Amino acid sequence: MPETAAVSIRKLSKSFDGTEVLRDVSLEVQPGEVVSILGSSGSGKSTLLRCINWLEHPDRGDIHIAGDRIGVSDSGKLMSRRELAGMRARLGMVFQGFNLWPHLSVMRNVTEAPIHVQGLSKAEADERAMALLEKVGMVDKREQYPYTLSGGQKQRVAIARALAMQPKVMLFDEPTSALDPELVGEVLGVIKDLSKEGYTMVLVTHEMEFARAVSDQVVFLDKGIIIEKSHPSEFFVNPKTERVRRFLELEALVV
Amino acid sequence: MSNWEILWSSRDVFLQGFYNTLQLFGISAVLAFLLGSVMVFLLEGSRPRLKIPLRIFIDGMRMLPFLILAYLLYYGLPSVGIRMSAWYAGLTALVLYHGAYFAEILRGCRTTFPLGQVEAATAQGFSLPTMFLRIIWPQLILKTRGLMGNQLIILLKDTAFLVIITVRELTAAANSLSSTYFIPMEAFIVVIGFYWLISIGLEQFIKLIGRYGAKRGFENA
Repeated sequence: MPETAAVSIRKLSKSFDGTEVLRDVSLEVQPGEVVSILGSSGSGKSTLLRCINWLEHPDRGDIHIAGDRIGVSDSGKLMSRRELAGMRARLGMVFQGFNLWPHLSVMRNVTEAPIHVQGLSKAEADERAMALLEKVGMVDKREQYPYTLSGGQKQRVAIARALAMQPKVMLFDEPTSALDPELVGEVLGVIKDLSKEGYTMVLVTHEMEFARAVSDQVVFLDKGIIIEKSHPSEFFVNPKTERVRRFLELEALVV
Repeated sequence: MSNWEILWSSRDVFLQGFYNTLQLFGISAVLAFLLGSVMVFLLEGSRPRLKIPLRIFIDGMRMLPFLILAYLLYYGLPSVGIRMSAWYAGLTALVLYHGAYFAEILRGCRTTFPLGQVEAATAQGFSLPTMFLRIIWPQLILKTRGLMGNQLIILLKDTAFLVIITVRELTAAANSLSSTYFIPMEAFIVVIGFYWLISIGLEQFIKLIGRYGAKRGFENA
């Protein structure tokens, strides 16, 4: 009997206005594993990630986080926002657009949820935030406001903010897609450090080299279907499908 | 005695009126702002049963001349058995009327609020009230400070209407002095000075919010 999967997705389907974006997607993420979701734009990668913490509601299928189902309670009813909050606390999410709260300093962005959602004292939250800002290299900017930061710095703060709730799984939704090329490295560096520390992560990305370096499992989505799921050594060297082979060739040309 | 000396000797009347206006303005501004904020919060999320009555109330107030509302509360309501003193009727009219306007200002800003920030808060498990209070509301205030300042000035000027329902405010003081000694010019000039004084204070307050916002990159709001 293997240990409980950190994330277990079973037969997930989702449509927007009659257009199917995910069809019967199943995926298991084991604790400590890094899973990268690849695919061209519109393939449903982000929707899949957003279903995991119920920012999107799937039409069919179910998702378990560390053994507990998210979105639907035992009685079969949709979870209230309060019930969802408990489940969402297990998941940290990092967005493409950073989504920092501009009226709060870097420090307060990180301590906001621990204080006002988890109920930590300010001193405890500050201590936790300092350690995380240290980890992402943003301690000296802690009193600054988001608008003064570069995109890379904003994203590092956003990562610290997500980590501050001590999630079991980190979800990254194209974390470097909105960044200038020279700033991508600093964010990927932080994510790589997290993978070395054993964080469980699900990553939607276009950074092929990076996905290859950090992932334990690579998933390729095409038109809402997982058409390939393998170890990066297999995926990038010897893809099973023509679709993935073409995708990788195109990517190689772009690089 | 010159006209100005007459006014100086009756300065107590002015000061009492000024004090009443200031009190009415201060209390109704705070309450109207809170009422507007609460209504915008209630429009959050999906509460269809609240949405329709709130919209009707907000739009209804905006279609109504303020004076009619004041009349209605002071002279109309007693006929259905609700009696308020002129002061309370005036205060209630100011709060309801301007509360609707504050709601509309904040709601307009809420519709363009970045969805990503709301999602970030949702993903971190914020409850709706906490999210509104900590994330959305402060930014709505920073972004709408110009419009709010405007609305507060209008509120201040609407307090003058309450002379008609016998509230003893600043305009009432000038009115009574002007008719007692027949010096309308001087009396009303003094009153203008008092209203300016409050407006200047108000402007300083809005500037203070502006500085707070500028520090956080909200200068183009």
